[in-house]
Amino acid sequence: MQGKTENIIELRGITRRFDDNGFIAVDNFNLEIKRGEFVTFLGPSGCGKTTTLRMIAGFDMPTSGQILLDGEDITKVPANKRPINTVFQRYALFPHMNIFENIAFGLKLKKLPKDVIEKKVKEVLEMVDLEGFENRRVSTLSGGQQQRVGIARALVNEPEILLLDEPLGALDLKMRKEMQIELKNMHERLGITFIYVTHDQEEALTMSDKIVVMSEGKTQQIGTPEDIYNEPQNAFVADFIGDSNIFRGIMTGEKKVRFCGGEFECVDEVNVGTVVDVVVRPEDVILTKVGEGTVSGVVTSVTFKGIHYEITVECGKNEIVIQSTKTPAVGDPVGIKLDPDGIHIMIAEKNTTTFECTVDKWYNLEFNGETIHCDLTKLIPGSRMEEEVLVNQRGEVVEPDSLKVIASIEPGDIDMTDDRDEGLIDGQIINLIYKGDHYSYVVRTEEGHDIIVDDEYLWNLEDQVGLILPEDKLHFELKK
Amino acid sequence: MKTTFSRKQLAIPYSLFLIIFVILPLLVIGFYALTDSTGRFTLSNFLNFFTDTNTLGTLFYSFALAFATTAVCLLIAYPTAYFLASSKWKFKSVIVMIFVMPMWINFTLRITAMKEILNAIEGNLAFYPFLNSVIGMSYDFLPFMILPIYTTLTKLDRSLLEAAKDLGAKDMTAFLKITLPLSLPGIVSGVSMVFLPAMTNYVVLDMLYNSTYIMGSLIGSYFSAYDWHNGSMIALVLLLIICVFTLLSNGDAEDANARGGALL
Repeated sequence: MQGKTENIIELRGITRRFDDNGFIAVDNFNLEIKRGEFVTFLGPSGCGKTTTLRMIAGFDMPTSGQILLDGEDITKVPANKRPINTVFQRYALFPHMNIFENIAFGLKLKKLPKDVIEKKVKEVLEMVDLEGFENRRVSTLSGGQQQRVGIARALVNEPEILLLDEPLGALDLKMRKEMQIELKNMHERLGITFIYVTHDQEEALTMSDKIVVMSEGKTQQIGTPEDIYNEPQNAFVADFIGDSNIFRGIMTGEKKVRFCGGEFECVDEVNVGTVVDVVVRPEDVILTKVGEGTVSGVVTSVTFKGIHYEITVECGKNEIVIQSTKTPAVGDPVGIKLDPDGIHIMIAEKNTTTFECTVDKWYNLEFNGETIHCDLTKLIPGSRMEEEVLVNQRGEVVEPDSLKVIASIEPGDIDMTDDRDEGLIDGQIINLIYKGDHYSYVVRTEEGHDIIVDDEYLWNLEDQVGLILPEDKLHFELKK
Repeated sequence: MKTTFSRKQLAIPYSLFLIIFVILPLLVIGFYALTDSTGRFTLSNFLNFFTDTNTLGTLFYSFALAFATTAVCLLIAYPTAYFLASSKWKFKSVIVMIFVMPMWINFTLRITAMKEILNAIEGNLAFYPFLNSVIGMSYDFLPFMILPIYTTLTKLDRSLLEAAKDLGAKDMTAFLKITLPLSLPGIVSGVSMVFLPAMTNYVVLDMLYNSTYIMGSLIGSYFSAYDWHNGSMIALVLLLIICVFTLLSNGDAEDANARGGALL
C-alpha cells in the first residue's frame, strides 16, 4: 500500500506472551482503526485490553506481530517517539510538580518557547474547565480534577491518537457520567482518534463509534455499539453486553428455531438441524395470558427496578428473565411470546474437548499419569492382539510408543467434582454462562488448557474442580 | 475490676525515659556550656570554640571526613538501590538482606576485619589515614544509606515513568526529572543518617590508627581533662549544627515518610 492510508493504526497478528509464566495476554490480535474514530476495547479484567493499549503506547512490546501507524511499522519505536499520548487509570500526575509544570512537561521537552508553552497550557486548562489552576499542587485536587489534568497533559501535545486506560475507573458514578459526556464532546471537537479501554459495557455503549469485545486475549466481536448489542456474535458477547437469556436451541425449519419447549419464528437463516445458541434480551420478551403465548410458564420472582419490573418465569427446565412494566404475582401462570427480531441466533460453538494420549506397554492409554482403557484393535483396522502384543493387518508388531491417540469428549459428558484428585484432569473455573437449563463453564487446567464443561448445577467462579471423563463417553481416534 | 489505660497513661514510660535520658542531660550540657569553673554564667566557652584554631581545624577535618564518607556512600548506594528496586529478580530481597547483614555483626569485629584487609593491601595503615577512615566509615554506614533510598524507590509509581516517556522523555530525562526528585526524601534521610555520625564517630578512626582528632574525639579529650565546660560547648554547637541541617533538609519534605526506611 502506498501513501497515507485511511487507517491511522493497524494491528497485525499481535501476540503478547509473558516469558516468566508463559501466559498469553493477547493472542493473534488484528484490528484496523480509522482516523478520528472513537474505539473502545471492552472486556473483563485479564482479557488483554490493557496490554493491547500498552503495546500501542509503546510501554510493552508484542512477542510477534506488527503495529502500523499511518502505514508505517512502529512496533519497535519507543514510547517517547510515538505521536501518541496516554491518559492513565490512576492519573500518574507528577506529585513534585504543580499543575502548570505537569501539563507543560511534554512541551518543555520539545523546547518550545516559553510564551507558546504558557499560551497552550492556558488553552488546554480552559478546555478541561480548570482555568487558574496553574499553581495548584496535585495533592490539593479531587480525583475528577486530577483526571482532567491528566487529559490536559496528554492533549496539549496534540497527539494523533489519545489512549485512555480506564480513565474514569477511580471516579464515583456521578462524576463518571459527567466525564463520559465531556470526553465524548472533546472527541467530537478535536477530531483525533481516541482508543479507550474499559470493563464497563454501559460506558462503552455510550461513548464509542466502534467496540472491540475481548476475552482471554482474543477478539470476540468488533462492531458498532448497536451491532454488538443487537447482534452478538457469540454467547460470551451476549452475556457480557447487557442482560440476556441464552438458550441452547435447534433449527427446525426455514427461519424456525425450537428452544424452551416451543417453536419460534426468527429472522436468521440457518441450516435446519443446526444446534444454536439463542439470545433473547429481557426487554424483548412479551408477557401474555396463559395460552396466548408460544410457551407458558410460572412466575417465580418479581423485583421492582425503577422503570420496570424484573420478572423470572420458569418454563419447564428453563428460566427466562423478563423486563416488563406489567406486574404479575409470584406463582401466576403466564404465556410468553417473542417477536422474530427479538430472537438472536448464534451458531453454537463446537466445544468438544480433545486431548492427546500416549500408549503404555500394555497398550493402555495414558494421560496426565492416569490410565484409560481403550480397545486399540478397533482403531487400527485389521489389527489384533497376539500374546499381549498388538499386531497389524500384515502381521507386523506395532510398537506402543509409535502410537498416539486423540481422545475427545462433549461438554455435557464431563462430570465436575470438588475433589480435585478424583478426576482425570483438574483446574479452576474461570468463566461461566447460564444457558437457560444449564451452566456452561470454562475450566482452565494448570497447563493453561481451557476445557468447556456443561453442568446443571451452579459452581462458583475460581472454584477448584476435578473433571471426571467417563470412559464410555470418550471418543478415540488414532493420531496420524 | 477492669483496669483500662488512657492514652495519656500509656505515654508515661516514654515520657519518663525522655526526661531522664534526653531532657535532663541536655539541660546539664547547656548549663556546663554556659558557665565557667566557678559556676558563673559566661559566653567565653562559645568564643573559645570559634577562636581556637585547634577546634576549628578539627571541625574542618570532621566536615571533610563526613563529606567524603557521605559522597562515597551515596555513590555506591544509589545505583545499588536503583538496580534492586527496579529489577524483577525474585532473589532481590536476599540481596537487600546481604547489604543489611553487616549491621548484625558486632561493630568492633567489622572494623577490625576491615583493618586487617586494608593493612594487607596498603602494607602500613599510617600511609593513608584519611582514606582509610573514609573507607572504614563508608563500610560501616552504607546500609543506612541504601535502605531509605531503596524504600523510596520501591514506592515510586512506575506509571509516572511511563507517563514521562509517553510525553516524550528519553530514559535519562525521565530519570533526572522524575525518579531523582522523587527519591530525594530517601537521599536526605540517608545523608542525615550518614553525615552526622561520620562527624563524631571517632572509634573508627582510633581503630584504624588515624590519630587526627574529629569532633567526637575533641569532646572526649576535653572531658578526660575534666574541662566539662568547653567540652559541653562543643557538643552544644554540634547539636545546633545538626538541628539546622535537619531543619533545612526537612524544609519541604512533608512527604519524606521514607525517613528511617521501613526495613530499619
